[in-house]
Amino acid sequence: MTAAVIVNDIVAPPRRSRSWTLVVGLILAGAVVLIALVSLVWLPYTPEDTTGTRLEGPSGTHWLGTDKLGRDLATQLMIGARIALLVGLGSVAVGAIIGIIVGLIAAFAASWLDDTISAALDVVIAFPVLLLAMLIVAAQGASLGSVILAIGIAMSAIVARLTRVLTKRVLAEQYVTAARTSGTRWPGIVIRHILPNIWPTLSVNLALQFGVAVLAEASLSYLGLGAPPPNASWGRLLQEAQGTVITAPVGAIAPGLALIALVIGVNFLADGLRDVADPSRKRRR
Amino acid sequence: MSLLSVTSLGVHTSAGKALLSDLSFDLAAGQRLGLIGESGSGKSITSLAVTGLLGAGLTASGSVLLDDVEVVGAPERRLIPLRGRVSSIVFQEPLTALDPLMRIGKQLAEPIARHRGLRGTALRTAVAEALDEVSLSDVRIAKSYPYEISGGQRQRAAIAIALASRPQLLIADEPTTALDVTVQAQILRLLDDLVDARGMALLFISHDLAVVSAMTRDVIVMSAGVAVERGPIDRVISAPQHPYTAQLVGSARALDDMLGTK
Repeated sequence: MTAAVIVNDIVAPPRRSRSWTLVVGLILAGAVVLIALVSLVWLPYTPEDTTGTRLEGPSGTHWLGTDKLGRDLATQLMIGARIALLVGLGSVAVGAIIGIIVGLIAAFAASWLDDTISAALDVVIAFPVLLLAMLIVAAQGASLGSVILAIGIAMSAIVARLTRVLTKRVLAEQYVTAARTSGTRWPGIVIRHILPNIWPTLSVNLALQFGVAVLAEASLSYLGLGAPPPNASWGRLLQEAQGTVITAPVGAIAPGLALIALVIGVNFLADGLRDVADPSRKRRR
Repeated sequence: MSLLSVTSLGVHTSAGKALLSDLSFDLAAGQRLGLIGESGSGKSITSLAVTGLLGAGLTASGSVLLDDVEVVGAPERRLIPLRGRVSSIVFQEPLTALDPLMRIGKQLAEPIARHRGLRGTALRTAVAEALDEVSLSDVRIAKSYPYEISGGQRQRAAIAIALASRPQLLIADEPTTALDVTVQAQILRLLDDLVDARGMALLFISHDLAVVSAMTRDVIVMSAGVAVERGPIDRVISAPQHPYTAQLVGSARALDDMLGTK
């Protein structure tokens, strides 16, 4: 009996040490999603309500206090969660669609076209996402749509480069040749073999890009290039609280913590996603 | 009329290095032919060249008529109708020839659906029958990923996939090399039976004299991309004409003797 237990101890695979990241990620990102959903049906005050005392501290009537115009901070923060998620999902979707298409074209193209696309991607990647997004927003005018489009386009170059490399790797695999010997056409190969096989790696990268997008949106809003009011972005809350950070620190701390929670949460989730998306990894647990 | 007619086929790299030169042979419907030689002798290149699947940077010359269609230099759209329907390939290592992220049943359903136009229940029945034919009757196999089943089961599944499109010509490229010796014998018997039952032509590629002699009566011996000898396998083994063949037979005999004295 004792011997069996010892043998089991030795044979049992080592416990996965990083599984706590998945749990923490779920809790942090889940909380932000929950708050955003609640904000759609219920808010403590309307965002335009300036009836509160200015720069009040946290209390029963205003959980996180008020800003310099007397608006409820908790209300602003809840709307900010909605904006952050919308921009994160939207720009990742834009970046993924453009990036995957461009990456696939480069991977299949003749070498001169592949080289041209790759060089162009390198140039785009050399610009920081934020700078590129600023250029696009400045050209288009600040609105929620143009912020999403700008960040999405800026990140699509990285997605395209990753897609190209992953696709080339899959194309060299024998199962692609095997599928072709049985008469599968290239579109079928892309849908059935290439996309599923690049997805485990690509999806983790997209989840990380989500964090980048949320931070980029906050930065754009901080610089006054974000979505205009009443879209209360966390970045704009930070900027508005800047002048009163000594007298009313909650105004800056709350949106800051919210940003950190969402970005860390999503990054931790990305880690866990890798295992879910790739069934062949399960045996290595 | 030949199903596969290869005339002075050559393959060279973009740098001009010849991997295969002046290979000619004919294979009629229902006939079998063995290609034998050491690794790097151009056997596998031949199997890819006759189906127009040479990788980037490799160019074929000469002529390959597959079901009366010229393969060398043909555009992809002319080759697609041939693949699967006329010819199929079984590869050496089923673990790399099967998509790691797709369940066996789905990988098998795909060519069946395409070539026979089946859907829904009829498709599921056809998949089960196709697996049954290669002695994979366990219902769990169809739901498994390639890494979840054994090497022998994987190769059976790969054979089922290659046969799903009902080809007239099966190209088996070292189909048993990656398997245990005991499993090897089972897979060879399975291939032998299926090729017979369906009246398929077989192009059997191997480095192993014993394996080739179990499967075909005629062989071509290849060395460094050149066919050095051809004829009935019994004659090639008993009275090799070319020094390379003699060496090949000699080393196989030496190995047999070594095993015999143990």
